[in-house]
Parts: sequence; C-alpha cells; structure tokens
Amino acid sequence: MSIREDHNRFKDIVKGKVKEEFRKYVSQGEMIGKRENDFVKIPLPQIDIPNFRYGPKQQGGVGQGEGEQGDGIGEPGEGQGKAGDQPGEHLLEVELSMDELADILGEKLELPRIQPKGNKNIETLKTKYSGITPVGPEGLRQFKQTYKKALKRYISSGTYDMKDPVIVPIRRDFQYRSFKKVPQPQTKAVVIYMMDVSGSMGDEQKEIVRIESFWINAWLKKHYKGLETRFIIHDASAKEVDEETFFRTSESGGTLISSAYKLCQEIIETDYPPHEWNIYPYHFSDGDNWSGEDTRLCVKLLNDFFLPNVNVFSYGQVESKYGSGQFLKDLAKEFQGDERMILSQIEGRDKILDSIKDFLGKGR
Amino acid sequence: MANLTPELEAERKKICKVAKDFGLDCFETIFELITYDQINQFAAFGGFPVRYPHWKFGMEYEHLSKSYEYGLSKIYEMVINTDPCYAYLMEGNMMMDQKLVMAHVYGHCDFFKNNIWFSKTNRKMMDQMANHATRIRRYIDRYGYETVEDFIDVCLSLENLIDRYSPYVETSTKPKEEPLSAEAQSEIGLLKVNRPYMRDYINPPEFVREQRQKMAEKQAEKARRFPSEPQRDVLNFLLHYAPLEDWQQDVLSIIRDEAYYFAPQGMTKTMNEGWASYWHSKIMTQKILTDSEIIDFADHHSGTMAMAPNGYNPYKVGIELLRDIEERWDKGRFGREWEECDDVNEKKHWDRKTGLGRDKIFEVRRIYNDVTFIDEFLTEDFCVRNKLFVYKFNKRTNRFEIDTKDFKAIKAQLLFHMTNFGQPIIRIEDANFENRGELLLNHLHEGIDMQPDFMQATLKNVFKIWCRPVNLVTVMDNEPHLYRFDGQEYTQHKAGEGAP
Repeated sequence: MSIREDHNRFKDIVKGKVKEEFRKYVSQGEMIGKRENDFVKIPLPQIDIPNFRYGPKQQGGVGQGEGEQGDGIGEPGEGQGKAGDQPGEHLLEVELSMDELADILGEKLELPRIQPKGNKNIETLKTKYSGITPVGPEGLRQFKQTYKKALKRYISSGTYDMKDPVIVPIRRDFQYRSFKKVPQPQTKAVVIYMMDVSGSMGDEQKEIVRIESFWINAWLKKHYKGLETRFIIHDASAKEVDEETFFRTSESGGTLISSAYKLCQEIIETDYPPHEWNIYPYHFSDGDNWSGEDTRLCVKLLNDFFLPNVNVFSYGQVESKYGSGQFLKDLAKEFQGDERMILSQIEGRDKILDSIKDFLGKGR
Repeated sequence: MANLTPELEAERKKICKVAKDFGLDCFETIFELITYDQINQFAAFGGFPVRYPHWKFGMEYEHLSKSYEYGLSKIYEMVINTDPCYAYLMEGNMMMDQKLVMAHVYGHCDFFKNNIWFSKTNRKMMDQMANHATRIRRYIDRYGYETVEDFIDVCLSLENLIDRYSPYVETSTKPKEEPLSAEAQSEIGLLKVNRPYMRDYINPPEFVREQRQKMAEKQAEKARRFPSEPQRDVLNFLLHYAPLEDWQQDVLSIIRDEAYYFAPQGMTKTMNEGWASYWHSKIMTQKILTDSEIIDFADHHSGTMAMAPNGYNPYKVGIELLRDIEERWDKGRFGREWEECDDVNEKKHWDRKTGLGRDKIFEVRRIYNDVTFIDEFLTEDFCVRNKLFVYKFNKRTNRFEIDTKDFKAIKAQLLFHMTNFGQPIIRIEDANFENRGELLLNHLHEGIDMQPDFMQATLKNVFKIWCRPVNLVTVMDNEPHLYRFDGQEYTQHKAGEGAP
C-alpha cells in the first residue's frame, strides 16, 4: 500500500519541522520527566498547503438550535458527518517518542556515536538453560521429563498396566534442567550528575541544568541499555539524592566543590569498578568555589582519580549573577587540550543546545 | 471484485431491488469489505486505491487513523463516482450499519449517475488516477523526489483556482472566435444607412474618421491587454502561458484534472448527502429494518443528522429540504395561487392532493446544484421550523454569537458559503501588468478578507510558476490593497483606484 510511503514522508517532514524549531523545544523544558517510550506532544506551526482562503473570523456561518440573538455558540467546528471528499483542516499536534527526539537531537547537533571504552573484554555471565541432567537441585526438577522417563521404565520392564496407568517415578527417573553460564560482552554505563546548589545558583540556573541533563540523559540512553544515573548535590558538603530532589532542592551556603568530587569517587569505587563501567561524571556549577585551596584539591582529584578512570569528565558552568566563574578558568588552565576533560560554558537558555554539543560532540 | 459475506450479499441484493423499485437508477455498484486501516487509507486517498505519491495523503491518513484509534470519528461509508461505482464497507460494523450504509450508497450512486453536474466527470477516474500516479512516479524517477514534490506543493496550493462552471460551458473548449475582418471592424460604430444617398448625411466623413480612430485605439488597447477577458480558470491560463517545462506542465494539468473531477462533489454536497440520507431513511424504515434493529438505526441516523449550533450539517439541511419539497409538491403548496394566498390558516391546511412530490424531488436531484437548490427551495417557513440562524464573530465579546434569524440573511449566508464552495473568487486580470509581463490577479471581494499569511504564501507559489513578479488586488480592512511579490520581497501598496 503506497499510503505507507506517503505517511512516512509526512512523518519525515514533521521531524524536519521539529528539527528546525528544535532549539525552541529544547529550551522550554516541558518534556522533562518523560521516559524513552513516552510520547511527547509537540504543537507544530502550519504544515498545510497554503491557498487563497477567507480568514475565519469575519466569515460566520449558519447554525441550528435554540437561542436568541447575541447568544454565544462556541467555536465553529466541522459539524457531524463523515469524512468524505474534503480534507479537513486541523492544527497539527505531532507525537514523537523520546527515542525519536533523541535521534533528532543527534541529527541536529551532528553528534557522533559514542564509542564505549576500549575494553571489549568486559563480559558478564548470563545464565542460560541448556539441557537436561539426572542431577540437580529440586527446584529445577522437570516434571514432564521425569514422568516420561518413569513411563519408559514401566513399559520396558513390562509393569505398565493399561487399565491402571499409575506411574510412580523413583529417584533414578528424576530429571533436572541444567544451565550454563554464557559470557556476554556488555557495556554498562553510569552517569553521575553533580550540581552546585549553593546560594548563588538561582532557579533559572537550576532549570538550565535540569534541561541540559535531561537531554544528555536522552542521548546516552540511546547508546547504553540500562543506563544508570546517580545524583549528587553539594554546597559546602555533598550528599547523594534521588532525581526528584536533585532538581528541586535549593540550599544556601558556601561552595566546596571537592566535597562532591570526593563523594563521587566514593560512589564509583564502591559500585562501579572502572574496568567494567563506562563512567560519565557531569558537574554543573556557577564556578564560584570557596577557595583556591579547594580548587587545587579538585584538580588533584581529577588528575589522580577521575581522568584515568572515567570516559570523560564534563564540567558545565552556568552563568549566574553572583558567580565569579573562576573554576572554569582554573580547570581550563590546568587541563588545556586534555581530551578526557570537557568544559562548557552555558550563558543562558539559548545556549543549552550548544553546550550539549560541546559535551557530546566528542563521541567519547 | 466484491468480497461480501453471503449474509451481506443477500442483504445487498434486497436493498438494491428496493432501491430500483423506488425508482433509483444506479450504475452497477461494487461493494468491498475492507478493514478500518484500509478504509482510512482509501479515505486519505480521496476514495481511490492509487494516487500519486504525496505527503498530504500521509497527513490525512495520520489524522484519520488517529481520530479512529482515539474513538473520535469513524468512517462508515465511502463511495466513488465511477462506473461501475465502487463503495466500501468496514469490516466488523454491525449488520444494521452495513445495511444502512448500502442503502445510503445507492442514494449517492443514483445521484452521481443522474445529477447533471456530474455529467462531465470522468467515470473511469479509477484508471485515470492510476495513470496520473504512474506519470508522476516517472517524473520522480527522472527529476528526483524533492523536485517533483516541491512542484506538486506549488500546484496544490493553487488547486482551487479553477472555474467550476467551465466544464458546462460548451464554447470554452472551442477555439476562440475569429477576429472580425478589418473591414467589418472599421464599419462598427457607424450608424445604419439604408439609402445610399443619405450616407454622407448620417455618417459625415469627420464622424467616420472619428469612429475609425476610436476603434483603432480600442483595438490597440485590447491587443495590449492580455488576456482580453479576465480568466477564472487560473490554472488553465498558467498551463498555457507560464514558462513551464514539459513535465511541470503535465503535473499541473494532472492536478487541474483532479480538481475538476472533485469539484461537482463540492458543488452538490448538501443535495448529495441529503438525497442519500433521504433514501437510506426511506429504504431502511419501509423495507429493510427488522424490529430488533430499529433502536440502533434511530441512534445512528440521528447521530448523522445532528446539527450543532456552531456547525452546518449538509446531511441535515439536505434531507429536510428534500422532505419539505416533497410535502409541498404533494400538497400543491407551490405556484401562483399558493404564493398569493395571505390567509395563514388556509395555508396551514393547504392540501390540493397534487401528489407530485416524488416526481419533483427526482427532478430536483437531476438538475440542481447546492446553490440553485438553496436559492429556489429554502423558504422562510423552513428556516423557522428548523431553527436556523446566522452566527458571526463578535469582536467586542471575542466569541461567536448568534447574529440574526432573519430569513434573507440565512439564505444569503448559505449561498455565499456555497458559491465557489466558500472560497474567494480570484481571476487573472492582466498577464502583462504595467507592460512588464507581470501577472495581475484580482480578488472579487465580497465583504470578507482573505487570511493574510496564507495569501502571502500562496502568492509566492504563483510566482514560482509565473517566474515574473505577481500582483494581487484585494481588500484588506476595508481598504483596497495591491500585494506584490517580485521574487525577493513581499510588499503591500495602497491601490489608488482599486482594481486597475
């Protein structure tokens, strides 16, 4: 049926339109909280073929019903009736899955596919049932096979009675399912988001972080099945929180970035052995660290622990009224040209897309 | 061919027979039983199984299938004006629905065959559409998908710029009349002289000279002006005079052909649906329905006929008007005697037992279209009985409100809505505007402005075909304006004297 062709073409056009306006949709943040398979409704500007037609407001029409002059009648729409020879006029609200949107994000920013860390020999063992054995745990005993075996025994020994077909399996009839462990190559990945929630990070700054991390997540999820996410917030001290809290919390106080890095290191060391996991720490802050001393500590942590162990360490600095933004400069000075470190500055909502491009454009 | 179940086939035969006995005269009608997805596909294609590739069908399909899946709308029936007539039934509908649809379809089919406005349509359109599709696919292979698609977009944008009445005007196909001979021309404008000796007195030489000069000027003016008469069929004009490549010309002619094929369905929507509904109701209630189906029938029928305060329902107005006509002609409520009678009471009980109702509605379905139908048969009494009114947008309250229940206003509103199928009438006024080979379009403004953003986009599309600057004269906010697109810039000028 050639309607499929036209339908796909139409969908492509819609996606194209969405892509054109993507920057707008990205910075709106309405989609936050959607999962991969959720659909997102996007209102689109006219996609109709234009023609000379009357403006709707002056037109008026003929209706039927009770009422006196001056009574309101609601928006005129098409009345009852069957779709027939005239294509209807309708505003377009398209539905795209998050997955498709992530694709569009990728195409729009020309993001490369992510190369999982070079160690292909990461293997996980998966249990697979592969056959039948005469020994095994009772839990895996195979009822049917066991009875078959017993039936065979009865028949071959001539004790089977057609009139009273009672079969009683004995120990040596018992059959069990056997399993074996199959090694499977697997890529596992974890994203650890760290956010500075000190007094200088305003609501707008947090909203930006929220939107940005959402899209980063959407993209990474395309590449890693079962991507794990962890969230850390910090001011002068750091703690791990759930997603909800991460995006809501507002604290005040000073900023010790190293506290977050230490906590992050702890999480990685306990849960995510680096030789098995692709690890993506993201840190967002306004760059106003408490002291140069602490910054030096951060640099040391990065050098000694993070950079050798993670895929890439990303730092996004959100512009704020109060922040000095010194931290970005310090990192830039220290890690100039180091591929394992990505630095990005986010001046405002409009720049979210560019910043995502910074983070994900390297394909690491 | 038909794939009806034996039960459906038996019912079909019965309904077909009943329809014939009532005097309906149909093409052979082939019913196909198809799934909801297929029906959505066909509906998206305008009823045809094969159309040229274009995303607008995909958009329509998306809309139809979404509406169906969310339970917002359901297509019960589809019928195509061809010979034999193809109609589709949806698998899994109730038996009662299927019967109703079949009865309804026979009504449409009779209308297609006998209404004069359908007489010029191509009854082999099924093949024609397939041919169109093949031709366009060939161009796609040769020139690339996007090139052809872009051009189709442009053509579709101008699709409504046709002259819906032109197929019925015989002369439109004949070559233009020969220009008058030079001699005859020069004679025009002279007074008639029977007696040769009076010639110089009646047409003194200076007068003759004057007349000749005037005539020459007129000729020159006419020669300069092209087309000599304003053209309603804008597509036809562009087809002949725009600098198109061969394949573009062909694509444009395909779009135009299809627009003309669908035009009568727009011109007779109210009558056609009214006629089909009249007959499904008659056939079902008098001959076909079983007792157990009556409630479902009533439910379905009333659902189809319901008219919201804010929407015109052609089914409803059509069927009520036809019934009204039948009653009037049955009771002799027409003609001079009836018109001149002033006695309300007498009129109320007027019954001359003329019994002409059935004949009359058959005549109506043969020679009328929506415009003439409403013009002739909509009566004040009918409007009052059916509680019709005109609604308008009230800028002050920012909502649509009942404007008036005045008969004249209702009629005018309906006629306006139906003339040119509720679309602005636009003509080509001059193809050599300002002597620069620019195109001048004129919108015959009838009180309603065009939608500006669409107008701009469409004008740009005209430019894509004409390849020279295009101008459009219309009225916007009570002021005549000239809009111009020269390939780069879209500009708006106050038109000095309206249309030049």
